[in-house]
Amino acid sequence: MIQLTQDPIDFAALTESVRSTQAGAVVLFLGTVREMTHGRQTVALDYDGYPEMAEAKLRDLESEARSRWPVVEAGIVHRLGHLELGDVSVAVAVSCPHRHQAFDAGRFLIDRLKEVVPIWKKENWSDGSTEWVHPGTDEAVDSRQ
Amino acid sequence: MKTVVKLFARARDLAGAPTLELDLEESATAADLRAVIGEQVPALQIILPSLLIAIGNDYAGPATRVAGRTDLAAFPPVSGG
Repeated sequence: MIQLTQDPIDFAALTESVRSTQAGAVVLFLGTVREMTHGRQTVALDYDGYPEMAEAKLRDLESEARSRWPVVEAGIVHRLGHLELGDVSVAVAVSCPHRHQAFDAGRFLIDRLKEVVPIWKKENWSDGSTEWVHPGTDEAVDSRQ
Repeated sequence: MKTVVKLFARARDLAGAPTLELDLEESATAADLRAVIGEQVPALQIILPSLLIAIGNDYAGPATRVAGRTDLAAFPPVSGG
């Protein structure tokens, strides 16, 4: 299952949805809003996305994972909008016959998600500034609001 | 020809708008589009080298033709997760 949502992610339900008697292993990855990054304090994150393309890319990643590992079920949910510290921003659940496959497929899905799926996060720092996170760009982006 | 490009994240903030309407040559490629964005929207020059171009649900290579497409988007590197 692929989903983008503005609502809190029900990762327990997502995990249940990938369980199967064909699978001996279920792996769940959660991305959560971290407070400290290189000594700077985050108070919240805002996520923006390009929904049509993001969903298409997530479906492509699921297909690629299924072509590389014996995935029984897979589910990826990404939250958009305003998230507070500790909130779950992304959940990836994978079931496979054996644990190595499930770990590898789950890691592939979250690693590639972060590289190709058009979703962006904006830091809300504790000093009141905000900053889009755009990996690989030269300068630190800082805009007072 | 008039071409509309959707913007996201910092590109949208810098442009101050969710879309751009640009005038492109009929033979324009994604590389041309990036150059035209820099010429017609100076506020986006700062992120031009890293600006990604998408056609529909796929990333466009520099030589991909873009003129006349109605499903173009431009945005900086992604940071989901």
